[in-house]
Amino acid sequence: MNIKYKDEDKLLILEITEEIDHHTTEKIRRLADYEIQRRSPKRVIFDFNSVVFMDSAGIGMVIGRYKTASMIGAKMEMINVRESIRKIFEMTGVLKIIPVVKEEILVEENV
Amino acid sequence: MKKMCDNEMTLEFLSKSCNESFARITVAAFAAALDPTIEELADIKTAVSEVVTNSIIHAYDSSDEIIKIHCKIIDNEIIIEISDTGKGIEDIEQARKPLYTSKAELERSGMGFTIIESFMDDVKIESIVDIGTKVTMKKIIKKDDFSENEDTYNFLNKGE
Repeated sequence: MNIKYKDEDKLLILEITEEIDHHTTEKIRRLADYEIQRRSPKRVIFDFNSVVFMDSAGIGMVIGRYKTASMIGAKMEMINVRESIRKIFEMTGVLKIIPVVKEEILVEENV
Repeated sequence: MKKMCDNEMTLEFLSKSCNESFARITVAAFAAALDPTIEELADIKTAVSEVVTNSIIHAYDSSDEIIKIHCKIIDNEIIIEISDTGKGIEDIEQARKPLYTSKAELERSGMGFTIIESFMDDVKIESIVDIGTKVTMKKIIKKDDFSENEDTYNFLNKGE
């Protein structure tokens, strides 16, 4: 996972760099929770640009991180979600609580 | 009589979570002979991943048990049979329900079977407690009918 943080915006971007299944979620979960708790961001963004595969394990994973973020008052969004993955999120109504936003509004470079 | 393109394969592997990706990639490679679209292939991979994960999480307590996959290609259909010899499912109707999970502590969403059913064309679950579970799924790979595919038809008939 690549981690970017912009201090002045209190923006934490977590770029997932692997396929998301039951096997990989454990590690993603641990790292993401650690970063969210450590940085106390106002806004957390999951970047799915490098995620080519996700099964239902991803649903529990993002909802779990949404809970972690909510506890510290941060909002959560997702970017670069490809169609096959969006389909899975749509089936469960995840997108109503964690919306997919356009990439342009983000910081232009790594921090 | 079997057609030339009909095919069959069997796969056996340990109930380790790292085999979830091995299983879906292998089945996808086998299904590739049917020339599926990227979307159809993604559906197959997701369904295989869901079933194999269920066997790993729910059927077995240890990671040295066997999960078996048997695949058949008949005409333009792929039939995928995934079986374990684990605990079995007591109440299949309940397990099929969206958002039902017996493993909420593992952040499981309970959407596995719902996803399988919406991505595949036919799903059958057979299970006997303490004997095991077998999930049989079918995916029909839609073939473009040549005469119905206007663009290709027009393209090939140009310049005649």
